[in-house]
Amino acid sequence: MTIPLSCYLILSGILFICGVLGFLIKRNIITIFMSIELMLNGVNLSFVAFAAQWHALSGQMFVFFVMVVAAAEAAVGLAIIIAVYRTRETLNVDQVNLLKL
Amino acid sequence: MTENPNLWLIPVLPLAGAAINGVFGRELPKKAITAIALGFCGAAFLLALKIALGFSASEAPYSFELAPWIRAGSFQADFSFYLDQLSLVMLLVVTGVGFLIHIYSVGYMADDHGYYRFLSYLNLFMFFMLTLVLAKNYLLMFIGWEGVGLASYLLIGFWFTKDSAAAAGKKAFIVNRIGDFGFLIALFLMIQHFGSLDFTRVFAAVQPLQPEIAGTGLLTSIGLLLMVGAAGKSAQIPLYVWLPDAMEGPTPVSALIHAATMVTAGVYMVARSHVIFERAPGALTVVAVIGTLTALFAATIGIAQTDIKKVLAYSTVSQLGYMFMACGVAAFSSGIFHLMTHAFFKGLLFLAAGSVIHGVGGEQDMRKMGGLRTFMPWTFGTMGIATLAIAGIPPLAGFWSKDEILGRAYQANPLYWLIGIVTAFITSFYMFRLMYMTFGGDYRGAPVGGTHGHDDHGHEHGHGWPHESPWVMLGPLVVLAILSVVGGFVGIGGGFEHFMAPVFQTAPGSELAEGAGGEAANKGLEYLLMGVSATIAFAGWFFAYLFYSRRLELPARIAASLGGLYRAVANKYYVDELYGSLFVKPLVEGSTAILWKGIDQGVIDATVNNAADEARHVSDNVRHMQSGNLRSYAGWVAAGGAVVIAYMVWIGVR
Repeated sequence: MTIPLSCYLILSGILFICGVLGFLIKRNIITIFMSIELMLNGVNLSFVAFAAQWHALSGQMFVFFVMVVAAAEAAVGLAIIIAVYRTRETLNVDQVNLLKL
Repeated sequence: MTENPNLWLIPVLPLAGAAINGVFGRELPKKAITAIALGFCGAAFLLALKIALGFSASEAPYSFELAPWIRAGSFQADFSFYLDQLSLVMLLVVTGVGFLIHIYSVGYMADDHGYYRFLSYLNLFMFFMLTLVLAKNYLLMFIGWEGVGLASYLLIGFWFTKDSAAAAGKKAFIVNRIGDFGFLIALFLMIQHFGSLDFTRVFAAVQPLQPEIAGTGLLTSIGLLLMVGAAGKSAQIPLYVWLPDAMEGPTPVSALIHAATMVTAGVYMVARSHVIFERAPGALTVVAVIGTLTALFAATIGIAQTDIKKVLAYSTVSQLGYMFMACGVAAFSSGIFHLMTHAFFKGLLFLAAGSVIHGVGGEQDMRKMGGLRTFMPWTFGTMGIATLAIAGIPPLAGFWSKDEILGRAYQANPLYWLIGIVTAFITSFYMFRLMYMTFGGDYRGAPVGGTHGHDDHGHEHGHGWPHESPWVMLGPLVVLAILSVVGGFVGIGGGFEHFMAPVFQTAPGSELAEGAGGEAANKGLEYLLMGVSATIAFAGWFFAYLFYSRRLELPARIAASLGGLYRAVANKYYVDELYGSLFVKPLVEGSTAILWKGIDQGVIDATVNNAADEARHVSDNVRHMQSGNLRSYAGWVAAGGAVVIAYMVWIGVR
C-alpha cells in the first residue's frame, strides 16, 4: 500500500509550523537554532514527497543541497553562538539587543 | 607683412619667470629668485630692444600668429600678435620701465618674507601687460586687460594681513569690473556688426563709414562704451576712486602698475581704437571733457594731501586726464607721447618716494619728513629732476609732451587749454610743495628705528637718522632721471608725431594733415603757448617756494580762510563718502535684506533645512520598528511570508 502524498505534505506542514512557532516563542538561541533545522527538514520532506510522486530527480537533488547548506550554516551558527556566549554570558535572545536604537 | 617669429617670446618670457618663482619660489634661495625674475624680465627687454632696432617703418605693421584660438563659424580670434609704431612705443616703455622697477624691487622688498611671491606677481603682470599691448585682436587685448587687473589686485593686497590693503585690492577690482563691463559690451557690438575683433578687420570695416555727426549711432555707442572701460582702467571720472586707495600696495607696484604702465592701458586702448573714435565726434568730445575735468579735479585734490604717495596718486590721475584730453582732441600721438614721458618721470617719482619711505623707516606723512636732502642726496637729486619734468619746466621731458597736448587742445577748443593750463599751474604747485615738505627745512620726524609701521619691512637700521637707499635702488632712479631729462627731445619739431603718423594718419585730409599745413601760420601762437606754460610752471614753483619754504604760516592761514572749501578738498570732495551712501550702502543693505536674509536664508537654506527636519521627523516615528528584539524581527518575517503566501493563494499568480 502507498501512503498518499497529502499525508506527507500534512506532516511536512506540521514540522514547518512547529519550527516557526519554536522560532517565535523560544528565547534560547540553541532552541531557535534547532527550530530553524526543523523548518528546513519540513521543507526537505515535502521536496522528497513531491519527487517520489512525480518521479522527478530534481527534488532529491534539492534536498542534498539544503542539507549541505544546513550543515555549513550549523557550523557557522554554532560558532557565533559560542562567541556570543563568551562575551554576553547568556543565550537569551532578548538580552542580545545591542544593535537597537 | 613680414613674420616676426620672436614677438610671441616677449610676453611668454615673464610668464615663465612668474611660473618658476610662483611654484618653486618657496624652496629656492633668494639669489636664485632674483636671478630668475630679473633674468626673464631682462630677456624680454633685450628682445624688445632688438626688435626695436630692427624695426623699419616701411615694413610695419608686423603681425605674427602663434596659434588658433577661437574659430566659430565666420568669427575668428587667434593668439596673434601685432607690432606697429604704437605698440612698439608701449613695448619699450613697459619692458624698459618694468625692468628698472624689477631691479629696484630687489632692494626695496629685500627683507619681505613674501619676496618670491612679489617678484612672481610682478613677472605675471609683465606677461599680461605685454599681451595687452601686443595683441592683434580685441579679445586677446581683453585677456591682457583682465590679467593686469588681476595682477594689480594681487599686488595692491600684497600685504593682505592688513585690512586696509585687502579692502583697497577689492575696491580696485570691483571698480575695474564696472569699466570692463562697458568694454565687453563694446566688444559684443563689434562682433555683432563687424563679425570680427581683429584690429585690421574691424578698422577696415569702420574705415568707409561716415563720421556720425549727430552722435547717436553705432560708432558713438562703441566709442562711449570703450571709454567706460578706459575710464575704469585709467582712473578717470567717475571711476578714479580706486587709484588713490591702490597706494596701499608696495611702492614699486605703485610705480609700475599704478603710474607707468597699467593705468595707461586705457589711453593705449583709445589710441588703438582711433579709427572708431575719429568717426564718432560725440564720443571724442566725451573723452576730451572727461579727461579735462579729471585733470583739474584730481590736481586740486592733490594740493591738500599730506601722504606722499597719495599726492603722487592724484597727480597720476590728473596726468592721465591730460592724456585723455589729448586723445579727445584727436591728438592721439601727443597722448601717447605724454604717456611715455609720464612713465619716465612718474615712475621715477614713485620710486624716489619709495626710497624716501624706505629711508625714514616706513613713514609716509610728509609733515613728519623735511630736511631729507642732506640725508639722501641721490634721492633728492633724482626726485628733483622728476619734479621739474612733471611741472613742465623746460627743457625736461614733461614740458615737451604737456606743451604739445596743450597746443593741440588750444586748436580744438581754447576752453580745454585754459583748464589745462590751470591744471599745469596746480601740478607745478603741489609737486614743489611735496619737494619742499619732504626735502626742505629741518627733519621733523621721529628718529628712525624699530618701528617700521606702514611698509612693514621688518628690518632694523640700528641708527637714529634717515639714510640713503642702497645702490640697487638708486641705480634705476638715475636711469629714469636721465630719461626724464632727455625723453622729451624726441618730440621736438613733431619728431614723435612723425614717427607715429603711419598709425594715426588714416584718412588723407584728416586733422593731422591739416595741422601740418597750418603749422607755419601758427608758429607764433605755438611759441606764445609754450611761453605761457613755462611761465605757469615757474609760477607754481614760486608759490610753492613762498608757502612751504619762506612763509610757513601762510598755508594754514589760507586754509583757515577758505574754511569749507579747504575741508572739501582735503577730504577729496567727499566722493568716497558720496559713492558709499549712493551705491555701496544701498547695495550692501539690499543684498543683506533681499539676497542674504530673503533668498539665501529664506528660500535656499529653508528648503534644505525643512527637508532635513521632515526626514528626521519621519525617521523618529519609524525607528521604533528597530527594537533590537530578535523575536519581533522573526515575527515580522513570518507575517511577511504569510502575507506573500496569502496573496499568491487568493489573488496573485495562478
